[in-house]
Amino acid sequence: MFDVPLFLTFAAIAVACAINLVLQTHPISSALSLVGVMGSLAVLYLLLGGQFIAAVQLIVYAGAIMVLFVFVIMLLNAGAEKRPSRRVLGAAVALPLLFTAAALGAVMITTQIPKTAAVKFGAFQLGGAASIGRELFTRYLLPFEVTSILILIAILGAIVLARKEI
Amino acid sequence: MPFQLPAEVPLSWYLILSAILFVTGAAGFLIRRNIITVFMCIELMLNAVNLTFISFSNALGKVDGHIFSFFVMVVAAAEAAVGLAIILTVFKNRATLEIDEVSSLKL
Amino acid sequence: MNFYVLSLIKAALVAVVLLTLCAYLVWIERKVLGHIQLRPGPYRVGPHGLLQPLSDLIKLLTKEGVIPANVNTFLYLLAPFLAVLLALTSIVVIPFGPEVEVFGVRTNLGLTDLDIGILFILAISSLGVYGIAIGGWASNNKYSLLGGLRSSAQMISYELPLALAIAAPLLIVNSLSFREMVMGQQGYWFGILPKWNIFAAPFPQIFSFLIFLIAAFAETNRIPFDLPEAESELVAGFHTEYSSMMFAAFFMAEYANIATICFVATSLFLGGWTPLWPAQYGSDFVPPILLGGAGLMLLYHASQALRTRKWDRYSFPVLGVVFLGLAALFLVPALKPVLVPLFWFAAKSGILIFTFVWIRGTLPRFRYDQLMRFAWTFLFPISVVNLLITGLLVALT
Repeated sequence: MFDVPLFLTFAAIAVACAINLVLQTHPISSALSLVGVMGSLAVLYLLLGGQFIAAVQLIVYAGAIMVLFVFVIMLLNAGAEKRPSRRVLGAAVALPLLFTAAALGAVMITTQIPKTAAVKFGAFQLGGAASIGRELFTRYLLPFEVTSILILIAILGAIVLARKEI
Repeated sequence: MPFQLPAEVPLSWYLILSAILFVTGAAGFLIRRNIITVFMCIELMLNAVNLTFISFSNALGKVDGHIFSFFVMVVAAAEAAVGLAIILTVFKNRATLEIDEVSSLKL
Repeated sequence: MNFYVLSLIKAALVAVVLLTLCAYLVWIERKVLGHIQLRPGPYRVGPHGLLQPLSDLIKLLTKEGVIPANVNTFLYLLAPFLAVLLALTSIVVIPFGPEVEVFGVRTNLGLTDLDIGILFILAISSLGVYGIAIGGWASNNKYSLLGGLRSSAQMISYELPLALAIAAPLLIVNSLSFREMVMGQQGYWFGILPKWNIFAAPFPQIFSFLIFLIAAFAETNRIPFDLPEAESELVAGFHTEYSSMMFAAFFMAEYANIATICFVATSLFLGGWTPLWPAQYGSDFVPPILLGGAGLMLLYHASQALRTRKWDRYSFPVLGVVFLGLAALFLVPALKPVLVPLFWFAAKSGILIFTFVWIRGTLPRFRYDQLMRFAWTFLFPISVVNLLITGLLVALT
């Protein structure tokens, strides 16, 4: 009953925040807009039946990665971008191309995806922690373990980079 | 005939939203000069891709899309750790966050 | 009854109780700290300062809300709002009691029960740092900025042991829903010792509980980990520039966070609303005996009439009768199944909240490098070891 209004509200918030992210000159405003995008995407994940992924989106993305961004911005005391971009030519060529690509994509989506394909709230029951955990530790066990090695490497890299000598 | 809202959200709406977010992220990547903002635009693009994964997961009734976006988040976390460490080092050595000024390898 | 009407009633009740609790936590804190330091605490407004929160509220409401020059106005106003919103949100998944029947309506005591309740709490509490960080940044003040910086680093660091400490009891109970978590802790060992998670079967979760409690102090920015607002170095930390209701919002968020994290600890480790010993040995009579005893004591003191205290002549008899009335309520058969679980939940949370104040009155503040070293070199390793041992023992049994 509330599907469509909820989707429209949070999609509008997500798009508005995304545009604000690009237009703001101060990095901290951009970072908070990105948190807004992530929050509204978490609500959309809930509408799509992905409870676990919505929670992880908030914990990992909004609660850890973006806090790290905000922390770095505050630590460097980064100010607003002062001069306008010198990459005017690049933007002038690339932006119309990008939006054409997006429009083409939208046309393809509307023609290729069957009109009857709709997201029914509550129809998708596999989004809970149990089913994702089962899949993650059986079929996707190897990728999961490889990811942990990736994270270890990332930690080592961050420590090496953050040392005083470099 | 007046415009009628559908009773259920069509799958294509989610995909179009994802496309809009992705293009916004890509546009920001091209026009912004602050390294941190550019980095955030990449995160926005990753988020857009995640939305696509989860929409298709819902449409196909399979859990794999969720697993993929889970991995995307983990990789994004690792990327943020290393990327922000690089940004800190760049700032320490150059005292700037403007991406155009970090170009000493350019001829 | 209609689902929406029932939910609205429950939500309104919980909101009123939580906001009153936040206001009176300030009174409790000042009173307990006062007695720890051998002074009476607030005493002037109302009997034993009981109306102090009301007077504080009026004072803060009528003060001018100053917005300093050169602040980012939008973010400056957003920060306290965000802090209080996030602090009050997490209450929705806490179960206060079992499914009961009141006036012919069957309902769960508690607002809702999510399958991912514990993840929800983690998500909301990890977002809580934004209120402080944004407030510190938007104030455009070096002390506020340092407070915001410290709080974001501190909260990221202590989130890890907190999450790992929560993960260990999850292995034993096998559910992410708070209600199932509490249901899994029902019953008694040998008919007397409760099967709470701190006494759980393969590996008692006492270490998880302690790690959780220590991390909770850091997450709620309380002494000994209140570095974001360390008065001796940072004036008042992230809320240096805030005044009037914006300051009150930060203050309320802090107390709401304390209350919520104590509720979470009660549900996760102390068996939620489960009584300390089985009902057949008379645990149902603890609340009326305690409340009735308090009422009788007040009446006795009223008869002794300490004439020097003006208020006590009137307040002691009134409060004594109120307490006796509360005790009588617990004996009404229709209300007993609702009130007794609520009493046990409140008692356990109350003891935890008292511990928060007690530690504030006891321990000095850490230095910042000590705080970080403690998180990463002590708390984090032992929480990993604790999780591994729990997992191993659960897998073996």
